[in-house]
Amino acid sequence: MAGHFEAVPGGGAAVALDELEISILRTLTVQLLELIGPGDAPADAAPPADPLDALFAEGPSKPPSDPALARLFPDAYGEPGKGPDDQERARSGEFRRYTEPELRESKRENALAVVRGLDLLTVQGEGGAVLKVGPEESRQWLATLNDLRLAIGARLDIRDDDDGEVLFRLPDEDERKPMVMAYLWLGGLQETLIETLMP
Amino acid sequence: MSVAPTEIERPETVESQSPAAVPEPDVPWVTIVHNDPVNLMSYVTYVFQAYFGYPREKARKLMMDVHTKGRAIVSSGSREEMERDVQAMHGYGLWATLQQDR
Repeated sequence: MAGHFEAVPGGGAAVALDELEISILRTLTVQLLELIGPGDAPADAAPPADPLDALFAEGPSKPPSDPALARLFPDAYGEPGKGPDDQERARSGEFRRYTEPELRESKRENALAVVRGLDLLTVQGEGGAVLKVGPEESRQWLATLNDLRLAIGARLDIRDDDDGEVLFRLPDEDERKPMVMAYLWLGGLQETLIETLMP
Repeated sequence: MSVAPTEIERPETVESQSPAAVPEPDVPWVTIVHNDPVNLMSYVTYVFQAYFGYPREKARKLMMDVHTKGRAIVSSGSREEMERDVQAMHGYGLWATLQQDR
């Protein structure tokens, strides 16, 4: 899969995507949206009847148990690798309560912009389609490509730089191979999109 | 010319204040970005430029510190300011924490 972004004169970026690539990107991004859940409430909560309730809704105070979610919404206090002490745990909980709904909402908006962009594409024959994104959309795509890689990285249990090396040399019959291929392809998309954004 | 006052009034209140009442000097807080195996080096550099407005060279050096030393202090200030920076880093998907700079 060749996918790479190129800068468009006058701002923004463009990438050629074939039908399969569009479908993979869309599926992964929808899965990311399902993982993140609604912006204003825990995933299993009923929507609030009063919009004001949504405005003042608090987030959770405990980190998510799902490794991918925990990586997307990490603790704000404490030393990585060490369990947090009581004060760090309390401070992380307080921070999470006040910031996580907003953070989740912004990740949702970015991912929804990606899905919308893909849905506007008209595939023509085998040539696929050319996706064009403006400067603001580029930032949303960049954030979502990164969130996708973080989520897949957590699923593949990539914990250090060496894990990555091992995964990239997996034999074809390994069941993780398709996810690793997607992970690498997303990395290429992200890398080339960054290049178009660098001054 | 003024003459020396016959009585020197000593401000009693200063001496009677207990040391505990004197506020501690403000110890600044710092935002720390931690290394992780997923985030691209170019992306981390981009975030430091885009969010903090750091010049490319400074952004690159901080990114290399994260990569080779496992962490880098990327900003310092009040606790509230650092919470804002940490929230922004989490928005970008970088792994960041804040702590008091001891």
